[in-house]
Amino acid sequence: MTIATIDSSASQPARASLFYDPVIRGVVFQVLLALFIIYLVYSGVTNAANNLARAGIATGFGFLNNRAGFDIGQSLIPYTANSTYRQAFFVGLTNTIFVAAIGIFFATILGFIVGIARLSKNFLVRKVAEVYVETLRNIPLLLQLLFWYKAVLSALPAPRGSIEMFNSSVFLNNRGLIMPQYLAEAGASIFYASIAIGIAVAVVIARWAKKRQMATGQIFPTIRVALGLIIGVPLVVLFVLGVPFTAEYPELSGFNFRGGTTIRPEFMALLLGLSLYTAAFIAEIVRAGILAVSKGQTEAAFSLGLRPNTTMRLVIIPQALRVIIPPLTSQYLNLTKNSSLAIAVGYPDLVSVFSGTVANQTGQAVEVISITMIVYLTLSLLTSAFMNWFNSRVALVER
Amino acid sequence: MTKIILSAVAGAAALTLGAHAASAQTLEAVKAKGYIQCGVSTGLAGFSNTDDAGEWTGLDVDFCRAMAAAIFDDPEAVRFSPLSAVERFTALQSGEIDVLSRNTTWTMSRDTALGLNFVGVTFYDGQGFMVPAELNVDSALQLSGASVCVQSGTTTELNLTDYFSANNMEYNPVVFEGLEEVNAAYNAGRCDVYTTDSSGLYAIRLTLDNPDDHVVLPELISKEPLGPAVRRGDDQWFGIAKWVYYGLVYAEELGISSENLEEMLASENPDVRRALGGDGTFGADMGLENDWLVKIVRHVGNYGEVFERNVGADSPLQIERGLNALYTDGGLQYGMPIR
Repeated sequence: MTIATIDSSASQPARASLFYDPVIRGVVFQVLLALFIIYLVYSGVTNAANNLARAGIATGFGFLNNRAGFDIGQSLIPYTANSTYRQAFFVGLTNTIFVAAIGIFFATILGFIVGIARLSKNFLVRKVAEVYVETLRNIPLLLQLLFWYKAVLSALPAPRGSIEMFNSSVFLNNRGLIMPQYLAEAGASIFYASIAIGIAVAVVIARWAKKRQMATGQIFPTIRVALGLIIGVPLVVLFVLGVPFTAEYPELSGFNFRGGTTIRPEFMALLLGLSLYTAAFIAEIVRAGILAVSKGQTEAAFSLGLRPNTTMRLVIIPQALRVIIPPLTSQYLNLTKNSSLAIAVGYPDLVSVFSGTVANQTGQAVEVISITMIVYLTLSLLTSAFMNWFNSRVALVER
Repeated sequence: MTKIILSAVAGAAALTLGAHAASAQTLEAVKAKGYIQCGVSTGLAGFSNTDDAGEWTGLDVDFCRAMAAAIFDDPEAVRFSPLSAVERFTALQSGEIDVLSRNTTWTMSRDTALGLNFVGVTFYDGQGFMVPAELNVDSALQLSGASVCVQSGTTTELNLTDYFSANNMEYNPVVFEGLEEVNAAYNAGRCDVYTTDSSGLYAIRLTLDNPDDHVVLPELISKEPLGPAVRRGDDQWFGIAKWVYYGLVYAEELGISSENLEEMLASENPDVRRALGGDGTFGADMGLENDWLVKIVRHVGNYGEVFERNVGADSPLQIERGLNALYTDGGLQYGMPIR
């Protein structure tokens, strides 16, 4: 590009004809391409609209304001059958994000553990990790989900024969894991505030400690202090306030437990399937990343007198992360997209609620599927944007 | 970037819908390819299910076979597309199938906003509940707090919501896309209650591990008129589908069955002569042969035979005729006159 610009300015005195001017040619082709794309979009949309109208199928997005009229088993936001299709969409969306976020969390932790275990000097640990990776990543995810759902369901008893835990406050049965719910009382906000303040102070201390270490070489026990601030202080506050929460215990009445909060088996199966499957891929990425750091780095760190622990944390991991993060991003995207298999195990995710029930009740498949695709595209682009930002932070700084 | 993807989305949608909406002459297309593409369920005993030999059987299947018999004189000239509840309307709208005969409830919004026309009611049904006998429940009004297994994208899902809220009861829906998954979840004890059309409940009960351990509750909470549907915009094809249905019922009214067909062909009764093509050009006016109803009855039988064979006394389901009896017997089945 730069070369072309230099060329054109150099040949300016002897400009022969506009037709041969590379800059003008470039612009013309760009404009033509843009017009072509606009035409494609326009003709695609009008063609679809015309065909739908000819077939007598209702079109438009007005249906989003209509009453949904169906219930959803699990919802993170207020929703009843009297809510609109738009609210049903948001229920599906939050459920998708919820399972994807928790899935990513567990898959990352498990993936790192298994990946490091695959490099262990211990034969048994190494082989167990290898078998895990080779088994899980070579079986289709849908089968694994169905397996976990069946496994979770058939292993658990009916509500009346629930497994009771923690002094009969937590119950496990084939309706899910039923736990007491803690309802906030007056004073709870002070507790929340103490957590926020703890985090803020920990961040400030971490920055100060790093600066001091850079300047003087003195090491400050940042992690221990931060844990104390984030967990210890709020705990003290909690007891000083006299625990401002009331527990609502689940009770067996009629068919089922009432009160408390339930983790449904559909969610457990989906989370288990997604995390275990993706963790197998992440493990391989982590192993590759660590192996990508040359052995000379370790030797150099040792010769400087760093201990193995510190070498891993300060020398190996930061360099391995540069190799790990780009493919890790792909795995996060895969996990998010794979969560759409939820429909097979009855978890009310976006695909199940919106492009399943809503599409069928309204019959407006084109609109509903378009919205769903745009949502997955947006989620994926947001995830990659965040991971690209993180990648640029850990990237090699060239001086 | 987003634009390109948007256009790809819109383009793909336009292509799938566009290719078929233009072909209004379904009968010509069907004759040219030599068979009817018929959308059925993925497996519901009595309505559309494959038997031991892998042949499709059932009430809904026989409607498609009757259409094939009327057009080709061959009840085998049908290919079946098993469809989930979610897929069925898109399959019909996009032209993937010629007729949807898949225990589908006729509702106003489906009839007006989906670009399809319902042909008639081949089975009058209502939504019911099935529960394990050990729960000792004898009325649907005792179901507050229950977990309910239901298939997504059905009128069942909406009726369920309405019924529980109208009776101030709570419930916990467990929703699956496929019928098999709903059955498996109920069988595994994930739900206390299974809800769908009552005919479906009787059929599904037969497939459970221990059918006798489950009871169907007496309440029917909705009207579920089930019937076939065709794409809108082709009146000739709509007419054929409608008259295949009326023909089946009218043949039963006139007492014409696959067993006495040869005697009936010699009948001097003017109604029978018109119905069987002895008088007039009723079949030809519709775009078929005049003996269309003879072919239907010869290969498939009349409505009563189809009913008894698939869901009635001669089937494991043992469903009474009830609302599906002829109007002369106190039911709602009424064949329009062939005249």
